[in-house]
Amino acid sequence: MIAQDNGRLSGRVALVTGGLRGIGLATVERYLAESASVVISDLDAADSPAAAAVIERLGPAASYIAANVTEEGDWKRASDWVRDRHGKLHILVNNAGTDLTGAVESISLADWRKIMAINVDGVFLGTREFVPLMAESGGDFRGGASIINVSSIMGLVGYAETSAYNASKGAVRLFTKAIAIEFATKKMPIRANSIHPGFVLTPLLHSGFQRWVDKGFAETSQDLIDTMAGTTPIGRLADPAEIAGAAYFLASEDSSYMTGSEVVVDGGWTAQ
Amino acid sequence: MSRRLDGKVALVTGGTTGIGAGAVKRLAAEGAKVYFTGSNAAAAKLVCDESGATFRTHRVQDESGWTALMAEIRADHGRLDIAFANAGMEAGDDSVENIALDNWNAIVGVNQTGVMLTIQHAIRAMRDNPEGPTGSIIVNSSMNALRAMGNFVAYSVTKAAVVALAKSSAVHCGNQGYRIRVNAILPGVVETDLIRGVIDRSPDPVVARSQFENMAPMKRMAQVEEVTGLVAFLASDEAAFISGGEYVIDGATTAGTMGV
Repeated sequence: MIAQDNGRLSGRVALVTGGLRGIGLATVERYLAESASVVISDLDAADSPAAAAVIERLGPAASYIAANVTEEGDWKRASDWVRDRHGKLHILVNNAGTDLTGAVESISLADWRKIMAINVDGVFLGTREFVPLMAESGGDFRGGASIINVSSIMGLVGYAETSAYNASKGAVRLFTKAIAIEFATKKMPIRANSIHPGFVLTPLLHSGFQRWVDKGFAETSQDLIDTMAGTTPIGRLADPAEIAGAAYFLASEDSSYMTGSEVVVDGGWTAQ
Repeated sequence: MSRRLDGKVALVTGGTTGIGAGAVKRLAAEGAKVYFTGSNAAAAKLVCDESGATFRTHRVQDESGWTALMAEIRADHGRLDIAFANAGMEAGDDSVENIALDNWNAIVGVNQTGVMLTIQHAIRAMRDNPEGPTGSIIVNSSMNALRAMGNFVAYSVTKAAVVALAKSSAVHCGNQGYRIRVNAILPGVVETDLIRGVIDRSPDPVVARSQFENMAPMKRMAQVEEVTGLVAFLASDEAAFISGGEYVIDGATTAGTMGV
């Protein structure tokens, strides 16, 4: 069990995109455990079973808005929602993302544009929409407001048949550094850092591995998990809560001098 | 302060001043039993009084002293969970064109060989922990591992070297099946007593302070407590999947250039 500093995000308001599943949901749960108020966004309708079940389980400190990160209008609705409900935003986790694999010559332009829209446009639009409110809110706590962009180890190193995902996550890495410099030089109280998870046991990983099984790359999804664990120095895949621990650190006062940094959580995968 | 480190035993090298002293206090405040080393006994006493930590006189490059130090920690507590390889120096550094070989060797001895010995002896101690090989080793590198200084060749080179040292050690521990993690931190300019001394002794302290502050887009130096928060995070079980990493903490100094 991971130790938690319960109550250390008291008074903060956070928005986590893609917050119904995987790393997003684990981050939501961690922020709630630290006494933050958390707005969750995801694609599911607000009255869908998936959204309703999560919201009921998480209790009144969490709220939900259905929003597509690629749509400017949805971001405007999200910021109106956050302003009306909380009047503040201290933590923005641009987590929503998708994957795409396949040989580069087989990728359609439509699929390329779709992954760029979700993984890159989404991060840009979320940042642009919330910078004014985060700049207003950043003075509330030491270290200011914190934008946490979820990139990947695939934003650091290339991988075969992963070119579109590599390109999108690499874009997130450098976008984050640019805005970090921009906010700091303007003395805006907003920090921005990227997280680079390695292989994490999430629904996205399971669905991606299943596609590889369907293509005949492996017999079972578990075989692929075992292979990835074998190529990771720590010898296993991550639990989503271990990525959420890094997302908590970056949201907290303990990271007050960190901005423009890459927080790699990959069990040593990129060190070798 | 949370108690994430209750029951853990920690060692901090170069713990009498600066980031090291701050780390001793932070790790102790989170519940760890802390040993620290160095050579300034007077400064060490102040740290001990404030933190309840234990001081032992030892220089990191002194190989023979390592065995006795680790034997003592093991005798007292039966385990080692955290090692912060922090001791470093820059006195006598110069440009590659001018540096004296003795000065080069002295800096390499502390900043590079000393860190290697710290990791080596920490792994040997941690692999004997009662529940198996577990622990977290943190190496204090510098943002100068990424941006070299022309007039501090030995410092720049050794700080880059220890990032590779941390990664190699992390991969080795993985290969051995040890649950021992090794990471490097790369701080920007931190407002330690050493830096304050440099500022105060400069011809124009106001200008000197401004120069240090303006190195970061954040337009200020880091406080020691801001760096030790990262050390505590990496030391804790929260970072259980983090190994072989290089954690930059520099107010965006090396994220790019500041533009116009």
